[in-house]
Amino acid sequence: MIEAKGLSKHYGAKRAVEQLSFTVRPGVVTGFLGPNGSGKSTTMRMIMGLDTPSAGDVTVKGKHFKNLQWPLREVGALLEAKAIHPGRSARAHLMMLAQTNHLSNARVDELLELVGLSAVANKRAGKFSLGMGQRLGIAAALLGDPEILLFDEPVNGLDPDGIRWVRNLLKGLAREGRTVFVSSHLMSEMALTADEVVIIGRGKLISQTSIEDLLSQSTENFVRVRSPEAAKLKAALELQGAVVAVEDDGSLSVRGANEVAIGELAAKLPVVLHELAPQSASLEEAFMELTEDSIEYHGTTTGGPINSTGAKS
Amino acid sequence: MSTQTTPPPAMQKALPPGRYGFFDLVRSEWTKIRTVRSTMWTIGVTIVLGIGIGALVCALTRSHWSSQNIGQRVSFDAPATSLIGLLFAQFAIGILGVLVISAEYSTGTIRATFSAAPNRSRVFAAKIVVFGVLSFIVAELTSFVAFFLGQFLLSSPATHATLSSPGAFRAVFGGGLFVCILGLIGMGLGTIIRHTAGAISAFVGILLVLPIITAALPNQLSQDVRKFMPDRIGVDVLTTNGQHVGAFSPWVGLLILCVYAVVLLVIGASMLEKRDA
Ligand SMILES: Nc1ncnc2c1ncn2[C@@H]1O[C@H](COP(=O)(O)OP(=O)(O)OP(=O)(O)O)[C@@H](O)[C@H]1O
Ligand SMILES: [Mg+2]
Repeated sequence: MIEAKGLSKHYGAKRAVEQLSFTVRPGVVTGFLGPNGSGKSTTMRMIMGLDTPSAGDVTVKGKHFKNLQWPLREVGALLEAKAIHPGRSARAHLMMLAQTNHLSNARVDELLELVGLSAVANKRAGKFSLGMGQRLGIAAALLGDPEILLFDEPVNGLDPDGIRWVRNLLKGLAREGRTVFVSSHLMSEMALTADEVVIIGRGKLISQTSIEDLLSQSTENFVRVRSPEAAKLKAALELQGAVVAVEDDGSLSVRGANEVAIGELAAKLPVVLHELAPQSASLEEAFMELTEDSIEYHGTTTGGPINSTGAKS
Repeated sequence: MSTQTTPPPAMQKALPPGRYGFFDLVRSEWTKIRTVRSTMWTIGVTIVLGIGIGALVCALTRSHWSSQNIGQRVSFDAPATSLIGLLFAQFAIGILGVLVISAEYSTGTIRATFSAAPNRSRVFAAKIVVFGVLSFIVAELTSFVAFFLGQFLLSSPATHATLSSPGAFRAVFGGGLFVCILGLIGMGLGTIIRHTAGAISAFVGILLVLPIITAALPNQLSQDVRKFMPDRIGVDVLTTNGQHVGAFSPWVGLLILCVYAVVLLVIGASMLEKRDA
């Protein structure tokens, strides 16, 4: 269990995290979603006691991280930036961590095997590819067999095979009853991995919900209807409180009534239906919709002339 | 939509009694320091400079002994000459002192360390113990070998000393302590400044630049300030012919250096606790 209450972090005037409250419970994978710069890594550093909150509080297992008796055996973390000396071997890196919590060198070798780094265990970590570095970071997080796991963008730099491996690993860890908190700015990745999501934008909580609820809440869910008597159907639907838009191809996009209600209404009228197709928003769209207003760093795809006035920024 | 499965019961892990201890941290710090090449390099350079320069000067003194006048022969300080390399070795050990902490910051290892052992002061204490003991052994070894090799090279007719010659043991043992304490001063600077280049610059600045600046002060003030400089104290620790440059006796001088090291390390520790890692 991880609990944040009114958690805030200000860097000078910059409000990186602002009044954030959420709960991460055991047994499920909880995704931590937000656009770039929304404060995910900062929050994770505060959970790990690395950064001191400007206000508010965050606890793991009901304690401050600093007060845990066996930190590495209780909480494992893969943080954003590589935290490895490039001159030290993978084995030495894990050994020095294991020793802090009285773990054996056999445990180190076990982990190297698990993440597939046994063959390069004695090579200097500076020579590792991004993916290998990430695997070493994951090994460090799992070293103490902790109940609580934090992963900041774990699939960063991994190939499709590696991504699938991490996904299954996270799910497996949650199935064992562990608390798994994993950040990403890719909703599509979370859709495949997480059961719950904590969504933030500009350091503030936007929503904490299950993936399923996130989908059904989205206004991007609508039903596409085609009918030769579209106008009649539209009028009837609107009488029932639905919002109906006529698309360019003559089809109707109905919001506020589901396919069952529309079908029954059509039968009652009666009007002929040529198509009745519920359209669910992709999670990506649901996420975009939620975070739209809180994206700080927009890229532009259609840049105007450089010297035009009122240039986009 | 999909079937909502109830999550499995929360994992209840049995933990060993007690908590992570100081000795675990010492072991970890020892692993850290011995598994990076910069340690081998800086220790190697400490030993080579510390022994080699004194040996070279001793050999040259021996071969030019006959061309020295009486005054030079009488005031010749055999122990100090053999230990002259320590005044160069101090830079190498200081760099290692800086690196043991600054490299953790520059590589981000500090975050892995504090995620495994969040009691920062305890981690820092373990680091001081490991580096302090290592640099003490390296410095004393260098100093004693430099002395014996130097005296061997200064064979008759040149004046040479044994450990029981007046002031010789103090010069040799004190010289090792001097180098070790400068390593700890480097570590203190590394902890406060956190950037390798910045901390090394500060270290070199204190040893080389500060004396030049203070030399430019009005005479009396300059004398008052200069005697507190590590370089003066170091020279006096090595001197056995009575021609001291500072105002403190060797042991008082070493004590003053210890105070510098302790002050820097304490400031470093408090900053380590307060700052975000
Ligand atoms: N040490 C710091 N000093 C000043 N500002 C910081 C610091 N760390 C983070 N920030 C700022 O705080 C905000 C949140 O950063 P953070 O790294 O937590 O975001 P993020 O959600 O992890 O982003 P990303 O998806 O790009 O990894 C950013 O605007 C960042 O520039
Ligand atoms: Mg981040």
